[in-house]
Amino acid sequence: MAAVTTRGLTKDFGEVRAVDDLDLEIADGEFFSMLGPSGSGKTTVLRMVAGFERPTSGSVLLGDQDVTALPPHRRDVNTVFQDYAIFPHMDVITNVEYGLRVKGVDRRDRRRRAEEALSAVRLEGYGRRRPHQLSGGQRQRVALARALVNRPKVLLLDEPLGALDLKLRQEMQLELKQIQRDVGITFVFVTHDQEEALSMSDRVAVFRDGRVEQVATPIELYERPASSFVAGFVGISNRISGETARQLLGTSGDYAVRPERLRVAPAGTSASPGELSLPGKVREVVYLGPTTHAIVELHGGGTLTISRPNTGATAEPPLEAADRLVAVVLHRDSLIALSGGTEETEETA
Amino acid sequence: MTSSAAQTLAGATGPRRGSLLSRSGGLRTGLLLLPPMLWLGVAYLAALGALLVTSLWSQNDFTGDIERIWTFDNYRQLWDIPVYRTIAFRTIGIAALVTVIDALLAFPVALYMAKVASPRGRRLLVIAVLMPLWASYLVKAYAWRGMFSEGGLIDWVGKPFGIHSPGYGLVATTITLAYLWLPYMILPIYAGLERVPDSLFEASGDLGAGAWTTLRRVVLPMAFPAVVAGSIFTFSLSLGDYIAVTIVGGAGQLIGTVVYANVGTANNLPFAAAFATVPVVVMLVYLAAARRTGALESL
Repeated sequence: MAAVTTRGLTKDFGEVRAVDDLDLEIADGEFFSMLGPSGSGKTTVLRMVAGFERPTSGSVLLGDQDVTALPPHRRDVNTVFQDYAIFPHMDVITNVEYGLRVKGVDRRDRRRRAEEALSAVRLEGYGRRRPHQLSGGQRQRVALARALVNRPKVLLLDEPLGALDLKLRQEMQLELKQIQRDVGITFVFVTHDQEEALSMSDRVAVFRDGRVEQVATPIELYERPASSFVAGFVGISNRISGETARQLLGTSGDYAVRPERLRVAPAGTSASPGELSLPGKVREVVYLGPTTHAIVELHGGGTLTISRPNTGATAEPPLEAADRLVAVVLHRDSLIALSGGTEETEETA
Repeated sequence: MTSSAAQTLAGATGPRRGSLLSRSGGLRTGLLLLPPMLWLGVAYLAALGALLVTSLWSQNDFTGDIERIWTFDNYRQLWDIPVYRTIAFRTIGIAALVTVIDALLAFPVALYMAKVASPRGRRLLVIAVLMPLWASYLVKAYAWRGMFSEGGLIDWVGKPFGIHSPGYGLVATTITLAYLWLPYMILPIYAGLERVPDSLFEASGDLGAGAWTTLRRVVLPMAFPAVVAGSIFTFSLSLGDYIAVTIVGGAGQLIGTVVYANVGTANNLPFAAAFATVPVVVMLVYLAAARRTGALESL
């Protein structure tokens, strides 16, 4: 049975439709991410599941119970807020046991469970600290412990890693995934960071303008994006469409191809069977550490970004020469045909 | 750091330009602060000092002249004569009562303003709260005098319900003071609550607390320093007031009226000064207590 189901979920803020007729099913025990640019409606969906916003129409089900009309405190979900929302007038342990306390769990019991939750997020011995004495990462863990201690059916996380620096964020990504596996609770994770969504999730829903563009596993999402928007939002992709596609590929249609599937070869390299060789001129070379990007202007029109890992091997021809004439080689299988259903999207470039 | 280092460097190598003021930061700050510090030091603290000194002098009973002989007689009188003791405690009691009434009235209003009202409604409410402050204090006090009078508004409205005006006295004084100082309680609580992020209230609900539990465990504790901050105003203003009690207080006496009578009719300035130090001392104690709650940071 699905842990969370939304049926025709719609939310209007005045004139603006934030969420538009959304049908989602989130499986029990799943790490489910809602990914999208800001303003795409993902946080509003989360807030409707938590009960902070009333849907304009449609319904929210937790398990098989319709909770659409229930206030937040009557729903068996807990939220980790973007700003963590730690109560500043309580110490850490009092924060963590707050949920148990308002539910009337007796003092000894709730202390024990709160201590357990703190050690689950590796904060043993921090119970007596005041919130202002904690670092951002520690506050984030307190917020997590405070939610998990209630053993909710579903844990909602609203961009919880947004305020952390890159290194801490990457650590917390691994840790969150680990904690989710340990407790077996359904996690619904809102983020605008595609790397975060890909690295942790079992499935990802990509949001755009209040609608879901695609729900898929991270691999599917990256390898077979359903629309040009998804192809552009998740990872970098080269778009080949319209006249350029006819010129280069001999077919009309809308295609995406990932930079790492392209190869730069010496000019005049002929294509092996199943491959295409597109002549062009290197316009720019960008060194990025683990990879180097070459931006190649094709003679047939359009530009492609090619990514090459910096392996240290010298066998490949050097890219570090602007204006050099080259051939871009790609396998036909690496072309991703995008469904014609979506309109041209310039913001994906 | 960088800019000051650069300045030093420029000063060492370049031609000497600019006045002493622009080069010496400390001196400039000092001169800028001098007028307000003078005001604070001379007009304010010196006046308090003069009050204290005067309270230690005495008055010649026969001629009414002030005799500059150090004595604690005024304070001894305050303590020994029961009526003054009663008046002092009554004043503190009324100030405390006014503060409690204001806190009870102000909290829901401030909560509504800060967290419920629409931005437009909030602006209107802020104006509505501030508006009485634009009117003259005397006008407002006399308005209440009219309302408390026999056959006045309160009698007239209350008649069908069997309610009579309490008449002039301490009850009327308390009500009038509570009305006068209410904005000074609403505004700090409003400001304090507005600073509390909504997510804290949402988190409380999310963790299973109903509205009343959230109010008790999150909203009230977080608003408490702001309530204490507001109470500093209502308490101190009530403590020193003598106009409201003169207008609606009937025969009731508070510290303010006794001081007024001693400065004027009785012409016993040293005794008036001694009595006037009572509210000052009470306020110092109150501020020290308020400091412990962290209320002074939320002023």
